[in-house]
Amino acid sequence: MNDAPLSKPRIARHYRLQWEPVQDCHVLLYPEGMVQLNRSAAEILMRCDGTRSAAAIVAELETAFATTGLADDVAHFLAHARDQHWIEHA
Amino acid sequence: MNTTGPPLWLLAELTYRCPLHCAFCYNPLDFADGAELATADWLRVLREARALGAVQCGFSGGEPMLRDDLEILVAEAHRLGYYTNLLTSGIGLDERRMAALRESGLDHIQLSFQDSTREVNDFLSSTRTFDRKRAVAAAIKRHGYPMVLNVVVHRLNIDHVDRIIAMAVELGAEYLELANAQYYAWAHLNREQLLPSRDQLARAEAVVADWRRRPDAPRIYHVVPDYYEPRPKRCMNGWGAVFLTVTPDGTALPCHTARMLPGLAFPNVRDRSVREIWYDSEGFNRYRGDGWMREPCRSCPEKTRDLGGCRCQAYLLAGDPAAADPVCTRSPDRVRVDAAIARAQDAGDGRPPAQPLLFRTPKASCALAGR
Repeated sequence: MNDAPLSKPRIARHYRLQWEPVQDCHVLLYPEGMVQLNRSAAEILMRCDGTRSAAAIVAELETAFATTGLADDVAHFLAHARDQHWIEHA
Repeated sequence: MNTTGPPLWLLAELTYRCPLHCAFCYNPLDFADGAELATADWLRVLREARALGAVQCGFSGGEPMLRDDLEILVAEAHRLGYYTNLLTSGIGLDERRMAALRESGLDHIQLSFQDSTREVNDFLSSTRTFDRKRAVAAAIKRHGYPMVLNVVVHRLNIDHVDRIIAMAVELGAEYLELANAQYYAWAHLNREQLLPSRDQLARAEAVVADWRRRPDAPRIYHVVPDYYEPRPKRCMNGWGAVFLTVTPDGTALPCHTARMLPGLAFPNVRDRSVREIWYDSEGFNRYRGDGWMREPCRSCPEKTRDLGGCRCQAYLLAGDPAAADPVCTRSPDRVRVDAAIARAQDAGDGRPPAQPLLFRTPKASCALAGR
């Protein structure tokens, strides 16, 4: 298991994140499947591009939404995303 | 009340032509009349369905590689923002076309195998294709595609599940679909030879569970045969809820086997827009929601979970598409399912009954259609 705050997650190969206007949400597409994402999941996954560490993603989100204390929520979601094979590490 | 959401899945059945003759094919029995949409028709269908919201697009058949405009259709689907899936036997998928499809933006290839052995693969498909499929699997990985191996499971190969999973590992598949045959169309005709026994099924489930604990296993989707379940499947996630199938001649269906249902006129994309078809046609509205239900479904507390099951199965086993799916133990027609299960158990393990399999060939199709 990677050290979560320092690892640099990216969307897994063969997965695609895109905005779907008809569904009014971001979705994650993969072979013969789709996950509809809520706003916070999408905000995190949009930043999973293999260049930002988990800690950097937290800092960006806290700035963007003028809040603090998101580290636990982000770590929790990233662990879930990794279990689901949505993300991998650059 | 209008709660109809958009179609999310477009299954483009480009042709019913196929080099294989699988005895469990879900294509209609009378597939052989040959009319097919032109390239321009398909391009319009792709655009209209995407505008409605469809985002997963499967190119299927028959064998979609037999359409020489496949690359054009994949390129347009990719440009429109679909996630593009090719569902193929691998026959006709040579290096040149694999590269061209990659260039067109194809996202994923689902390759079918009939078994882990040459003998059973070639017998069930009535072709000599096993070695070719293995070569295609290697080429798919070489070209960097994700690969789903799809194996339809039934009495004649279910005891090979361990070797089938091992083959998927060896070929580098990301996903393995062990799809127990669903008994429609050709599989329904051949059900006595194909339905596994309860003992066979239990052994296969144990094998799958063992593999799932191993770190080297691919992701395994195991579709159990619904005959062995006490409640019906939530067929197509609801009639006209997310799936839109367009058949080779342009007929639009809420599922790929619905054409068999009597008393329903399904619309054709040659005559009507995809929007009209999805939202306004009798064929798509008839079994939406639960207003069409009768007892025992109407008052059932579980009706929103399984939506009454499958309309095609209700028609095939109870003779009435508006009946409860006879898989349900609350259905008065469950006895027919139990009788089929009992015969499968009596027949013992593995050995096919004496009656020959009927293979999916144009000749057999014409004979069944009385032509």
